[in-house]
Amino acid sequence: MELTMNQQGAAYLISAVLFIFALKGLTHPATARRGNLFGMLGMAIALAATLLGTEVQDYLLIIMAGSIGAVIGIVVALRIQMTAMPQLVAALHSFVGMAAVLVAIGTFINRAQAGTLNALLMGELSAGVVIGAITFTGSVIAFAKLQGIMSGAPIKFKGQHLLNAAIAAVTVLLAVEFALTGDVWALILMTLLAFALGGTLIIPIGGADMPVIISMLNSYSGWAAAATGFTLHNDLLIIVGALVGFSGAILSYIMCRAMNRSIINVVFGGFGTDSSGGDSAGAVAAEKGVKSASVEDAVYWMEDANKVIIVPGYGMAVAQAQHALKEMMELLEARDVEVKFAIHPVAGRMPGHMNVLLAEADIPYDHVLEMDEINPEFQGADVALVVGANDVVNPAAKEDASSPIYGMPILEAGKANQVYFLKRSMRPGYSGVDNLLFYQDNTSLIFGDAKDTIEGIVGALKGGGH
Amino acid sequence: MSESLTALYVFVLACFIGYYVVWGVTPSLHTPLVALTNAISGIVLVGALLVTGLDEAGWLASGMGFIAVLLASINVFGGFLVTHRMLSMFKKKK
Repeated sequence: MELTMNQQGAAYLISAVLFIFALKGLTHPATARRGNLFGMLGMAIALAATLLGTEVQDYLLIIMAGSIGAVIGIVVALRIQMTAMPQLVAALHSFVGMAAVLVAIGTFINRAQAGTLNALLMGELSAGVVIGAITFTGSVIAFAKLQGIMSGAPIKFKGQHLLNAAIAAVTVLLAVEFALTGDVWALILMTLLAFALGGTLIIPIGGADMPVIISMLNSYSGWAAAATGFTLHNDLLIIVGALVGFSGAILSYIMCRAMNRSIINVVFGGFGTDSSGGDSAGAVAAEKGVKSASVEDAVYWMEDANKVIIVPGYGMAVAQAQHALKEMMELLEARDVEVKFAIHPVAGRMPGHMNVLLAEADIPYDHVLEMDEINPEFQGADVALVVGANDVVNPAAKEDASSPIYGMPILEAGKANQVYFLKRSMRPGYSGVDNLLFYQDNTSLIFGDAKDTIEGIVGALKGGGH
Repeated sequence: MSESLTALYVFVLACFIGYYVVWGVTPSLHTPLVALTNAISGIVLVGALLVTGLDEAGWLASGMGFIAVLLASINVFGGFLVTHRMLSMFKKKK
């Protein structure tokens, strides 16, 4: 069976509609899985229509490459730890970028051979190459930072922005040159420069801004797909590219707004550090007038509480404390304590990171609330337990106009009757800003590994408390 | 109207759809959203198939197409599956 162009076009339309329904499904957790199925169906229809169309005649290489890719994809997807999700996403973004580059150059070679090149096509093709290449190296660097192969600290040097601007300008000039003349060397040089630009654009962005980087690269991968669609005159790729591109752009905007910073500031700011200080935590704390507490103190306040709100941050992910938290939640609920989780939009290393980890630990999603929903509830809570979060509860964001995080919306954990911070050491959060909440009268710090501490609380609750 | 202009129409209108649909996504599902959009941007596989499957494609173009098909398939299969895995974990209170 071979599909005509019109049949293929109709199939693509159905698949585009299915992709829109797929995204629409994510409006609510209850419809989300159905949405994902729509996405799979849309993809299956699109691929079948392409394979059955008139253009694809040689199947051997496709079957080989497709099966290898499918096996790798399935194995990785089944094995990946939920805490490693940001790395996986970064790696997958890089594949889209590289595929877009290869498709564009491959198309150029095929069309050059057939003698059907024109300036417009080569212009569109350049866009695919450049966006794809930036997506690729940008994602590789993001992956390296997330995986710990590279330090998360921003890499900055003098004249950095000027250098980036220069590379970008030369890349654009080469693209114009290539579109007008079809010069292969212009294409090669342009591709190499775009690869370099992807790297130099991402290295000055610090680890704490990872949620924005992930969203941005998500967006780039969409634009790369759209550019490929323009090259191939394929409307499905254009539609999907636009959907994905906008999805990533909106996420970037939401993340920036949650930090009260502009996207320009994030991209060029080089905010945050990645120092691993190991000072004797207790001593530093005492010096600064901070109270440290024991597990027993926290248990004392929590076991008879009416309401406990837990604020998880990246530290919870690092310590893998989510399963212990779930156990703690159940023990407290058995004592009629209401337990809720408060999520700041930029907690973790990617948008929604905390929600996935809590879901992995079987914590029902109706216990997990967003910032705007939970903030009014801190006032009436007996205990706020901050697990590996820092900047997102720092009142300096509201009170200290000179603070770098001033204006950032925060979780108002400080309004709870008692605040317990689970911390490894006294070192400040990623912003490098001292947390004013530490010095509040109702705040105590419990030093140690978050998971060990929670397990200590669980043990005490099981033992009947005090 | 030229083919490229029609493509531009499609693109701009699709941007509006993307804008309105994505604003509706609940923040708790932002990670699955990134994973799902990742999977569907594997749609570049269609382009990879067109490059590789061309009868007259030379070794260089075929080779590039081969790698592109491989990478994009990882995205498609891995992306949808990992999204499914994540979404299956989101449960209401029993």
